[in-house]
Amino acid sequence: MEKILEVNNLHVTFTTYGGTVKAVRGVDFHLNKGETLAIVGESGCGKSVTSNAIMRLIPDPPGKISAGTIKFKGSDLTKASEKRMRSIRGVDISMIFQDPMTALNPTLTIGTQLMEGLRQHHKVTGEAARKKALEMMDLVGIPNPKERMKQYPHQFSGGMRQRIVIAIALICEPELLIADEPTTALDVTIQAQILELFERIQRATGVSIILITHDLGVVAKIADRIAVMYAGKIIETGTKRDIFYNPEHPYTQGLLKSVPRLDLQGEKLTPIDGTPPDLFSPPKGCPFTARCPFAMEVCDKVYPANSILSESHKVNCWLQDSRAKKLLAETAGSKA
Amino acid sequence: MKSRQEIHAGYSPSEVPDEWFKLKEKDKDAAEAVARPSLSYWKDAWKRLVKNKLAMSGMVFLILLTIMAIIGPILSPYQVNTQVLQDQYQPPSAAHWFGTDSAGRDVFTRTWYGARISLFVGLMAAIIDVSVGIIYGGISGYKGGRTDNIMMRIVEILYGLPYLLVVILLLVVLGPSLTTIIIALTVTGWVGMARIVRGQVLQIKNYEFVLASKSFGTKSSRIIRKNLLPNTMGPIIVQMTLTVPSAIFAEAFLSFIGLGIQAPVASWGVMANDSLGAILSGHWWTLFFPAFFISFTMFAFNVLGDGLQDALDPKLRK
Amino acid sequence: MLRYILKRLLIMVITLWIIITLTFILMVSIPGSPFNSERSSNETIQANLESHYNLDEPYHIQYLLYLKSIVTFDFGPSIKKPDQSVNELLGRGFPISFELGIVTIIVAVISGIILGIIAALRHNGFIDYMAMGIAVLGISIPNFILATLLIQQLAVNFDIFPVATWKSPAHMVLPTLALATGPMAIIARLTRSTMLEVLTQDYIKMARAKGLSPWKIIIKHALRNALMPVVTIMGTLLAGILTGTFVIEQIFAIPGMGKYFVESINQRDYPVIMGTTVFYSAFLIIMLFLVDIAYGILDPRIKVNKQGGE
Repeated sequence: MEKILEVNNLHVTFTTYGGTVKAVRGVDFHLNKGETLAIVGESGCGKSVTSNAIMRLIPDPPGKISAGTIKFKGSDLTKASEKRMRSIRGVDISMIFQDPMTALNPTLTIGTQLMEGLRQHHKVTGEAARKKALEMMDLVGIPNPKERMKQYPHQFSGGMRQRIVIAIALICEPELLIADEPTTALDVTIQAQILELFERIQRATGVSIILITHDLGVVAKIADRIAVMYAGKIIETGTKRDIFYNPEHPYTQGLLKSVPRLDLQGEKLTPIDGTPPDLFSPPKGCPFTARCPFAMEVCDKVYPANSILSESHKVNCWLQDSRAKKLLAETAGSKA
Repeated sequence: MKSRQEIHAGYSPSEVPDEWFKLKEKDKDAAEAVARPSLSYWKDAWKRLVKNKLAMSGMVFLILLTIMAIIGPILSPYQVNTQVLQDQYQPPSAAHWFGTDSAGRDVFTRTWYGARISLFVGLMAAIIDVSVGIIYGGISGYKGGRTDNIMMRIVEILYGLPYLLVVILLLVVLGPSLTTIIIALTVTGWVGMARIVRGQVLQIKNYEFVLASKSFGTKSSRIIRKNLLPNTMGPIIVQMTLTVPSAIFAEAFLSFIGLGIQAPVASWGVMANDSLGAILSGHWWTLFFPAFFISFTMFAFNVLGDGLQDALDPKLRK
Repeated sequence: MLRYILKRLLIMVITLWIIITLTFILMVSIPGSPFNSERSSNETIQANLESHYNLDEPYHIQYLLYLKSIVTFDFGPSIKKPDQSVNELLGRGFPISFELGIVTIIVAVISGIILGIIAALRHNGFIDYMAMGIAVLGISIPNFILATLLIQQLAVNFDIFPVATWKSPAHMVLPTLALATGPMAIIARLTRSTMLEVLTQDYIKMARAKGLSPWKIIIKHALRNALMPVVTIMGTLLAGILTGTFVIEQIFAIPGMGKYFVESINQRDYPVIMGTTVFYSAFLIIMLFLVDIAYGILDPRIKVNKQGGE
């Protein structure tokens, strides 16, 4: 399968007057053409920073991509000039933001904001732009597009606004769409509609999607593959099936246990105790050690290597080491 | 045991010694540990204020000015209003540090007298504004509903009155004096403070902790005193530091147009007005000292107010 | 929108009424009569005053007649200047003061906005600190002090600009500078802080994600939103500039309304004080009203809120 995006060893740091925050610490992942990759994790784990890094939208200063490569269709975006990035943003890669209430400029009409990107990148006439905009509004399911074009954002509901944001992102027909928590700020019923819209759009346009979320319900619905992030690192990746049925990392297991499920009624919900580490001075070992129910001494000392469980499923955890497996078997035996 | 250096370097799992594979002692505190020490609100704000060099220099200036306003006139051998006509327009010298004015009065002595007037007017205006504003805004915001509606309509109308024009009118009626100036400045001056307090109270009123004390049947006055006031202090203090310079400006302005403090009292505005003619003839010091002190006092209050605003705004907490 | 305008209009009328009543109370509460013969210098003036203010009528009739005279724009005679009405003073002084005010506003708004934007774009840089240093100084130095300093430096010491009167564009430079610095500083600070806030908004990030150029983002997306608060403080600034003209005209000997006003205060020429105060207040209050309406037009959110009947 053709890889549209390949991220290798990405590091992002933020310099604040309290010190340097290492927000993303060596992230590797790739995205195949036409698939949906979900990046899952708690807030502050670096998933939004990663997506902003791909768009090169990290405010510099204080932020900086300090190492690594982001290859989009073979060319490294970390080395691209700002001018080149402008020709990529909105055209090849588009982005959808979390809160549709703030993502639209309150003083400009919807039509202006829709057509703006198109007119920036493709030299089209006003009439052609209008036609395309109407087409997009129709695609994302906004009734009466002709009248609605002349209205301002505050005249739309949250769900409608998110549809407009999606239309804006898709109007130049990008190959990659990055959706940063696209449903978090919406009502549950609207969430489902928006997720269905994503599926429909992907079928219609073949766009590849990176979905940033903390909501495993969203992931279960539309993701093909999942990357689980914790404290600036990807700790486990796999297909939806790998992650939901065979989670190997204790953190992934914890995440799944903390989500209420209808099919497992009666089973207790178990929250993960504690809080993620401070990224001013991240631990040198596995960052999850302090909260991990299986923490060993080695976990504090050394970051675990990548264990390849199958072609699609990879995990970074010391529990994969044969010695750890022996230890666990022993303790389980002694308790029994 | 391997050295730190080696541990940091990338190495394969086989290099990790077997003895590290044992379960860690559960350390509950470590999991819950908060990375940064939490400071109390006021301590934290103070720490941030101290870091702001401009605000701190403003504060130091104001402290020095206050000290000089108290002891300055005592240090000087001259009286404020003793006119020595043969000493007219003496440039600054060992005898007269800031020189003398058109009537041979010592500018040094008069400057510190002016500081007394300015600081007194500024502080009194701020204190009265704050007291009235807190009571009015507090009641309006706390009671809400109809009361709030009527009280805010009144504020809206008063807010529309041109401030200095009303002050001028009042002074024309009352006759200029220190007391009447303070009265005139505060008659409509409290309105801004009332608005701020009301806004704060409205915002905080619905917070959980206030609802909680209400549900225990705590009396309204006690809720206002114990819960609402401490939480509205930040913006009130900032507004106060900004009221003082505007009152000082108003006093100087009124003195300048002949409606302020009248002779024999020396005020910076009166001194500036007196020396208007003098600068054309080159006696710059008669204007320089009052001008410098009015401007720097206002500057000091402004930067201190800015600094406090930054320091007290929890949104900026990093 | 209509409801909104009507509401503002009502408040405007009440505010004006308060000012007019205040001036009336001023007239009757001054010990003795403000118009008695010791204050005015001659018989004709005395007669004019008595007929204008109907001093032989009881207070409530006086009050009603006073209201009527103001509504018909008749502010009565001056005490100190014989055969001259307040209306004539206003007619002579107002155009000059208005000119000074307009030039000041234009200078203050344009330079303040530019300074604020540059400071925001170079946030925490040298230019930012410089601009904000200048701005705090501009706010701190009272306009009458600045005016005298300007005269001393640029007119007396270096003789670059003429000092007094209001004859040529060169005469306008120093008074405008003295009057515009304070408002400029306030606008610059406000523009900077709202600009900084606007630049962190999601819709700015969204505009960047569309691949728009930085200039397009600033002009099309940031500036309009950043300037909204500047519109809201225009009323306060106008009031400041208006009162500023009192001292500036006095210092620069500009024959405007402000100069007459300060003179009338010093001479206790009560009819002139009352007339100009009412006129100034009416002018300011109408300006405030217009600013409010302008804001309603500029911000699409307000219009609709009001259409929906709140």
